[in-house]
Amino acid sequence: MSKDLVLAAMSGGVDSTVAACLLASEGRPVIGVTMKLWDYSKVGGDSHQDGRCCSLESMADARQAAVRFGFPHYVLDFQEPFFEAVISDFASEYLAGRTPNPCVQCNRFIKFRALWERARQYGAKKIATGHYARVEFSEERERFVLKKAVDLSRDQSYFLWGQTQKELAQTLFPLGNMTKAEVRQKGREMELAVADKPESREICFVPDGNYARFVSEHVGVDASGPVIGPDGREVGEHTGIYRYTIGQRHGLGISFGRPVYVKKIDPANRTVYLAYDAELWKRAFIVRELNWVSITPPKKEIGASVRIRYLAKEKPATIVPLGDGSAEVIFDAPERAITPGQSAVFYNGDLVLGGGIIEQVIDD
Amino acid sequence: MKRKVYFDHNATTPIAPEVWQAMGEATANFGNPSSIHTFGREAKVALESAREKVANFIGARSSEIIFTSGGTEADNLALFGVATAFAHRGKHIIISQIEHHAVLESAHRLASQGFEITYLAPTRDGILLPEELAKVIRPDTILVSIMATNNETGTIQPIADLAIIAREKGILFHTDAVQQAGKRSINVIELGVDLLSISAHKLYGPKGVGALWVRRGVKINPVSIGGGHEQNRRAGTENFVSIIGFARVCELAAERMEADEKKFAALSEKLQAGLKEKVDDFRINGTLERRLPNTLNISFPGLDGEAIIIGLDMEGIAVASGSACTSGATEPSHVLMALGMSKREALGSIRVSFGRENTMEDVDYFLSVLPLIVKRLKALSKEIVEVK
Repeated sequence: MSKDLVLAAMSGGVDSTVAACLLASEGRPVIGVTMKLWDYSKVGGDSHQDGRCCSLESMADARQAAVRFGFPHYVLDFQEPFFEAVISDFASEYLAGRTPNPCVQCNRFIKFRALWERARQYGAKKIATGHYARVEFSEERERFVLKKAVDLSRDQSYFLWGQTQKELAQTLFPLGNMTKAEVRQKGREMELAVADKPESREICFVPDGNYARFVSEHVGVDASGPVIGPDGREVGEHTGIYRYTIGQRHGLGISFGRPVYVKKIDPANRTVYLAYDAELWKRAFIVRELNWVSITPPKKEIGASVRIRYLAKEKPATIVPLGDGSAEVIFDAPERAITPGQSAVFYNGDLVLGGGIIEQVIDD
Repeated sequence: MKRKVYFDHNATTPIAPEVWQAMGEATANFGNPSSIHTFGREAKVALESAREKVANFIGARSSEIIFTSGGTEADNLALFGVATAFAHRGKHIIISQIEHHAVLESAHRLASQGFEITYLAPTRDGILLPEELAKVIRPDTILVSIMATNNETGTIQPIADLAIIAREKGILFHTDAVQQAGKRSINVIELGVDLLSISAHKLYGPKGVGALWVRRGVKINPVSIGGGHEQNRRAGTENFVSIIGFARVCELAAERMEADEKKFAALSEKLQAGLKEKVDDFRINGTLERRLPNTLNISFPGLDGEAIIIGLDMEGIAVASGSACTSGATEPSHVLMALGMSKREALGSIRVSFGRENTMEDVDYFLSVLPLIVKRLKALSKEIVEVK
């Protein structure tokens, strides 16, 4: 077994704690790190959610596990890079009329970049996280490949499409072959205090789930403007474009006899466009920041199953590389509510082929 | 098994075996010192004997000692106790910029309650000058609080010279002597102060016990109220077993201080000589002239002190950066910033503090590990600069 030092990222939740302790119990040299990413007093909202990430309690949970398993644990301050790469990006994407995915950005710029820089300072050769995904070296492809987790109901490969070959080579996902139930069971066997800790599916720095409050407090600009109805006429005012996402039905406060949804958000004119359901179904869109993960970058079009949000179903599509770090993605059949800012991830079975951020939906 | 070296004695110290023993024996004496019966009386006698030993240690009378839960509570009691008792006379308080958080935060709280605080700046060497203190004293100044020796740099302040300036104007003078106790002798008469804080765990005693010395005749208001303990100045049943340990450690310190200091000077010299030989790029922060020989605050330009500390910890060596912090946020040391260092320089510093059990071999081990860490960090920072 490898004696290379592993830096285990530990949020204090059950997954990352079990992942770190599994490595340590296998006899691998491990150092645990809890990243201090943000502060309740700075992000506002309900600050009494003590068990959540970046709280003192979660740091103490991670530390307790590390002490029990006999490896060092440190809390490192990443508030500056996190603010820049994740929080600011989150707010500005909303103001640009898009619906961002901060977990993707955090993986790309914080966990596998900023944290890696620190890992090297301590002489670590690998980073381990509690993600449900698998990384393997494929002899056939002569490169590292990223695969879905064995537990498909927990699979987090969607958030990891930004990983480069170099990053995959130094990444460990100890939970990739386990189910969530097995992880909790393992946690109980290891007598970890966090084994039965409830999990949060909210964005970590918006602990109350109120994104609109968060964005308005952080940006503090007037983003209000007109709401245009399905017939092209102005039907009212909204208080901020960041309160809306494509396909959203509720919260408009206007009745049209049959359901209407947000179809488009125009940041330049701060305008929200409404439409009936039929108009939300589109076939094609452009992605930027294209990254090919498990395959050599294709020169011409390639077929894949494409997922356009974390909990969406994969649908067959064709990806046409445009050569400038972007690609056009064309679904075989129209998809509902393709949303700029979200990630589009390309799969072939278990394999993550690549992904990108949805820039623009193409009207038929 | 990896070698373990503890170089963080300004944070806390291991309990001396003699102290353990005294505390173990004291557990038999479980009565409440305030009780009227035999059990109570026996405990009271032991408590007062302990008070006398602690008083002797700093050249004070035993009735002037108030036992507290440690240095922080002693500092809190000094500031709030004096401020509230003398508010009718004035609302101006002077402290230094390099105080421990126990004093700093008390001052911040008092500022929010209508007191006005002046923060005296040190020289680049970390010294607080009496003439600078004289300049900021006002007719409504009621208290000056300046630490005897700084926990981060080990700098020894000219307390007697500072205190006389305050006393000449009838202003009370408090000093936080937590880092000085056990390392340099303390005599409250020679220092000429009115209040002084000490803590047991910095001198091989138990955690959770300390004392505030208040000169006889100086009125302070209690912070914790309830029973009439500690002459109505600190309510709450005394931490009896720990107080017995505290008293024992004061006796031991008086015997051992001189030998300890010689040893620390030798360790410090060896460490500095080794650094000069193996790591050319470093600086000692704070003056080398007026300094506790057990403390070395070292800057490594361009490097991250936290990374050095973690690297050392992974090899079993414990050192510190600034003051201990639990929130996870990395803030540069307010002490080093007050010495005129930039944020980056302050973050590139570590504190080594020797103790009684350290050996020359410990320093050898430190000198065999640190240069490798510095080399690795330098190589990485160079790489990052090149990539950018």
